[in-house]
Amino acid sequence: MGAIRWAIAVFALAAGLTCSSCSQPGDHSRGVYLLLDTSGTYAGQLEKARHVINYLLATLEPGDTLAVARIDTGSFSENDILAKATLDDRPSRANQQKRQLHQAVGSLLDELRPSRYTDITGGILQAIEFLNEKAPARRTILIFSDLQEELPKGFVRDIDLKLAGYEVVALNVTKLRADNVDPREYMTRLEAWRDRVQGGGGSWRVINDLEHLEALIAS
Amino acid sequence: MTTLEILEIVPGHPAISAVVWLLIVTVLLYIARVPVHRVLLALSTIIRSTLRMAGRSVTLASERLIDRNREVLLAAGREVAERVVEREFERIDATVQHDLAHYPSLQRDLHEALTRLNNDYEAGKEVPPAPPGWIKAVESVVKLPSAGDPMVANVLNEICESVKKAQNRAIEEYRKDSHQRHVLLRRMLPQWRRVQHTLSQVDKTVGSLLDRAKSIDRHMDDYRAIVARSDRAVRMLSSSAVTQFFISSLVLVIAMGGALINFQLIAYPLSDMVGGNSYLHFGLTAFKTADVAALVIILLEVALGLFLMESLRITRLFPIIGALDDRIRTRMAWAFFVVLLVLACAEAGLAYARDLLALDDAAVVGLLVEDEAAAQAGDGRWIATAAQMAMGFILPFALTFVAIPLESFVHSARTVVGILAVAVLRGLAFVLRVLGNIAYFGGRMLIHLYDLMIFIPLWIERSAMSRRRPASATSTRADANAATGGG
Repeated sequence: MGAIRWAIAVFALAAGLTCSSCSQPGDHSRGVYLLLDTSGTYAGQLEKARHVINYLLATLEPGDTLAVARIDTGSFSENDILAKATLDDRPSRANQQKRQLHQAVGSLLDELRPSRYTDITGGILQAIEFLNEKAPARRTILIFSDLQEELPKGFVRDIDLKLAGYEVVALNVTKLRADNVDPREYMTRLEAWRDRVQGGGGSWRVINDLEHLEALIAS
Repeated sequence: MTTLEILEIVPGHPAISAVVWLLIVTVLLYIARVPVHRVLLALSTIIRSTLRMAGRSVTLASERLIDRNREVLLAAGREVAERVVEREFERIDATVQHDLAHYPSLQRDLHEALTRLNNDYEAGKEVPPAPPGWIKAVESVVKLPSAGDPMVANVLNEICESVKKAQNRAIEEYRKDSHQRHVLLRRMLPQWRRVQHTLSQVDKTVGSLLDRAKSIDRHMDDYRAIVARSDRAVRMLSSSAVTQFFISSLVLVIAMGGALINFQLIAYPLSDMVGGNSYLHFGLTAFKTADVAALVIILLEVALGLFLMESLRITRLFPIIGALDDRIRTRMAWAFFVVLLVLACAEAGLAYARDLLALDDAAVVGLLVEDEAAAQAGDGRWIATAAQMAMGFILPFALTFVAIPLESFVHSARTVVGILAVAVLRGLAFVLRVLGNIAYFGGRMLIHLYDLMIFIPLWIERSAMSRRRPASATSTRADANAATGGG
């Protein structure tokens, strides 16, 4: 088997060398950054997040990047990235990485503690920084949260987001008790985030039906 | 001031202004009538002449193309007919070498068998003498009166016994001779059969040769018709080329299906070697490197198949290979076959690797969706694995045979494309002629429309002319009468 693989690799290399000068790897890769809300009001939804992560792992292809980070009191920090990986070019190696990521994320989600505050903006800033560094062709930020931002005193998050070329998808935006009393609050919250994302040059979508995740990552 | 206000000659009366404008325009058009007519006529004539000239050129081009198609068709037909006749002669040669090479020994065997038959016949021809009429003699002796004389009776008895013995001996001799004849005749039977078998063999061989000769005669008739450039030959070749084109196209489509399956078998495992996220950019389009590599391998197999078929002289797409020395050609054929075999083995390996990767993918997805059955999907899949490997091995060899329909396609496409081009050119010539006529008669129609717009001044002119014409005609007639002196 090894000999055949080597023979084919050499042959394919020879065939590919004819156009190797115009090869630009990375141009078609995707980068997905998933922000998980771990605040007290939302911590009970993490089992659904596991489902989303598994779906992402199943659909991502070799060369794609995935990072899972939590949203806590101050999320603009690398320490909040729970797991990250850029899948190898080779499908067999990428499958191994997927297994490892699945195992790592599973155990980390089990150990997550609820946070007091919800710094969504900080998480998005961290996501932008991470994805800019990885530079995939298509960049997606998934926010698994009720979008209710709660910041500790002194935190400055009134910052313009630079989201040109980004797609921001809000997942499982649950209604709070206050939303039920006055649904306008829920709508206002969604519109505020939409305006903020679109104002930063990004595109905005909301997916609440987690049974149909096909539209999660637009192909 | 708006345009409408400018155009209003009589302020506050648009209708009157319109009538005034109409009058002005009519008068202007009437004044410009003759030059406008000339311009329209000249323009339509120029367009018509140009289009007719273009149509004529296209018709000439189509005629040249028809001649070229005829030449191509006849040349291709002649080549095919020569190949067929050559092949028939090769077959006759093979038949003669295989069956009639033993003809001298066959003739000797036949001669010997006939000699043996003749000898046996000569031997069997000697009919044994019939047993003499001893019975009548014995009966006569028995009936002789002994007259009571015991001595006479004894003598007669002895004579009777002697006669009986002689009769028995004669019958025994006769039976012996008859038996010998029967033995000879029995010995002749296998000889006859052998002769019959030998003759039927000769008959079969000669019959086969006669069939081949008839076939050659038929092909030679076709060849003569082609060489004589007869219309019948052209029609026959044209029809044959169209049929060949469609059949070879169908087979090529089937082969493309096979190539597609082959591609699916090897593209994914190749991505595990050259990278699944590596792309090659050709202009604005990007292709996965693994896909390009798989395509290159398949095309290489097809090319090797072409060369192999060429080396075996099954196809004749590359005359330089066919013209090579037989030894070199055979060596080349073996070399192509060996490379093809290596590629087939590599494809079988890739098919196996693909199966392993597919299993791994299924296992990962099973793990992620927590499906135990999917995670252990590999159990008992050896049949599918073996089938994929077999396909990976066989498809390269199957693609080798693409060379045969490809050759037919290339040859027949020349004729079919030529026929289509002629049809297009004829259609174009027709369209150009129609457009020329439309331009000409369109110009005439525009002239009439022009006259229609100024029909009032034209009517006035015609009335004035008709009034003037009788008067001038009367004065002319009076002048003539005066000149002749008539009253």
